[in-house]
Amino acid sequence: MLTADTVHDGALLQVHDFRSYFDTPAGIVKAVDGVSFTLDRGDTLGIVGESGSGKTVLARSVMGLLTGKNVMRSGSARYNGIELVGASEKELRDLWGTEMAMVFQDPMTSLNPVLKTGRQITEGLRYHLQLSKSEARAQALQLLDSVGIPDPKRRISQYPHELSGGMRQRVTIAIALACGPKLLLADEPTTALDVTVQAQILDLLHQQQVERHMAMVLVTHDLGVVAGRTNHIAVMYAGQIVEYAPTTDLFANVRMPYTQALLHSIPKLAQPSHTRLQAIAGRPPDLINPPSGCRFAPRCPYVQPKCNSEMPPLQESETPGHLYRCWFPVGTEAGREALAHNTAAGMPAAVSITQILADPPGGTH
Amino acid sequence: MAGTGTAHLRDSDDVLMRIEDLTVEFPTSAGLVHAVSGISLDVRRGETLGLVGESGCGKSTTGRAIMQLPAPTSGRVLFEGIDLANIEGKHLREVRTQLQFIFQDPISSLNPRRKVKDIVAEPLRIWKRGTEKERQGRVTEVLDAVGLDPEVAGEKRPHQFSGGQCQRISIARSLVLEPKLLICDEPVSALDVSVQAQILNLLEDMKARYGITLIFIAHDLAVVKNISDRVAVMYLGKICEVGSPDALYSAPAHPYTAALLRSIPVPDPTVVPSSSGLLLGDLPSPIDPPAGCRFRTRCPAAQERCSLEEPQIRAVAEDHFVACHFPSIGTTAA
Repeated sequence: MLTADTVHDGALLQVHDFRSYFDTPAGIVKAVDGVSFTLDRGDTLGIVGESGSGKTVLARSVMGLLTGKNVMRSGSARYNGIELVGASEKELRDLWGTEMAMVFQDPMTSLNPVLKTGRQITEGLRYHLQLSKSEARAQALQLLDSVGIPDPKRRISQYPHELSGGMRQRVTIAIALACGPKLLLADEPTTALDVTVQAQILDLLHQQQVERHMAMVLVTHDLGVVAGRTNHIAVMYAGQIVEYAPTTDLFANVRMPYTQALLHSIPKLAQPSHTRLQAIAGRPPDLINPPSGCRFAPRCPYVQPKCNSEMPPLQESETPGHLYRCWFPVGTEAGREALAHNTAAGMPAAVSITQILADPPGGTH
Repeated sequence: MAGTGTAHLRDSDDVLMRIEDLTVEFPTSAGLVHAVSGISLDVRRGETLGLVGESGCGKSTTGRAIMQLPAPTSGRVLFEGIDLANIEGKHLREVRTQLQFIFQDPISSLNPRRKVKDIVAEPLRIWKRGTEKERQGRVTEVLDAVGLDPEVAGEKRPHQFSGGQCQRISIARSLVLEPKLLICDEPVSALDVSVQAQILNLLEDMKARYGITLIFIAHDLAVVKNISDRVAVMYLGKICEVGSPDALYSAPAHPYTAALLRSIPVPDPTVVPSSSGLLLGDLPSPIDPPAGCRFRTRCPAAQERCSLEEPQIRAVAEDHFVACHFPSIGTTAA
């Protein structure tokens, strides 16, 4: 049996050249295609991307939750030194819950509708920690209390449908935290919730993380959610990480045109009404036959001939730890020239981004 | 009850749609659900009214009640002076061609078995507008206007399109009868941010090109601010605050609006998320809403008066109205 007690210093999670492909009748979908990152104990990594960028597949397949016969994983994902790629389900079972746990997007479908909340929380406690029924129940009550559920004694014997959406997500967080994991993967934990409840749940996750010194991977499509609550951000596009940086540096010195486009496409509260938004034309590429060059090239305002033929490597900028995948990065001489060239040629995306850069509507937020 | 009154309604001749004291209730086995309780709103020609609030605030029910789908329990819905709640049958259907609806989920709101050109032409066929050739011309025009290639897109079926493109098809279908009012119910909530920007820009373009009036229902305050000329904030079937977006967002008068604005995560790492001023708890049940002001159970500024007396909508500044006894700007308790 694998144990995590053979303590390794350094990173808690090391993912290297990780790939997750799906064999489908239409061809092989390269959902995650060569992703590398490390996550230290107690840190938070935000993984940001649009639908189909591979962020959810990455989180789930790192954890070993995608077990279909058509799933092909390769590369390496080491949790505390233990290789997860190729590990058997039995080996993974010893890690799930006690070492790493997951919170899913939709609490209504991730909870079992025919079991009371108490039973769903105690299941892991009984199985992993071999607690007695009464010990597990006492522990479950304490967990419900710590995730901010009022009147835990009543809630523990209720079914999921009797709880509100926010309350249900609190229960799934209690389940994930039950056996004291060191790593929490939260996959769009607040996307199904209202904005006031979202703020409550993000606060709760942060508070639990600090108390338990737990590392967290926060997967989301919302740059606002990750901006104030992560140490690092990885931006994904078409199965690859296209920019990876310390959170403050990512926002201050965007290098990747895709990240810049994403930031400009969000309506900001500080902008006046009817501010024209910078939409990203086109749609993400087909992951069965992705472009051989840069995968963002067909939609990029900075695109040059080189981008269509050669895939840019993930390279480090002058700021240590800030990586990006671009030949003509934003904020560099090469990038400025590429944009000026495309603007002069009348490319609509380049023209509009040049206008926005010259005259930022309503400041920077 | 909380937040009735008509102080924010305008007397202008320009008003295209005016809702007065609209109430929608649904009988259920658990009791009567008070989905919308006596709200009044108006929209001028060419204006975009944003209706914003969280799940269960009654914003979608309001949109549907305007279309009489289903008809409201009580209240008046005046469209160009005609009370839609008073007419029925063919007459109602005829008037309703001038009001069109766009739904949240673009894929499920299109018939998967039909070609796009037939989906878009359907309203014209039902109303026997023009000859078959004229109809085809009209379909080509609107598909082109929403940014789809009529030759290619017209022959395909909805599953061959992405979510954003399906929303373009929905918009084309809603425009084909040249409506005066377009009610958009969360039209961009199911879309990615880059596509959301495309659709918001498209709606602005269509508004300018066809001179339509919009009622834009959404939960995302930033999206609503971007597209609206006037914003109404709803909570538990009532209106809290109405005003121009710039006034309402820069100086929210209602504690609920202020809390909503504070809850939004800002895409700027220098802004540290604060847990102070966040709303606690959940929405009360619309079956048994709190007496007095409906927001008082979660309101940081609630006083005894709030449980006894329902606040009426009143002006706190020019074109800025609030239903609160203790608003954060303007006069205190009236």
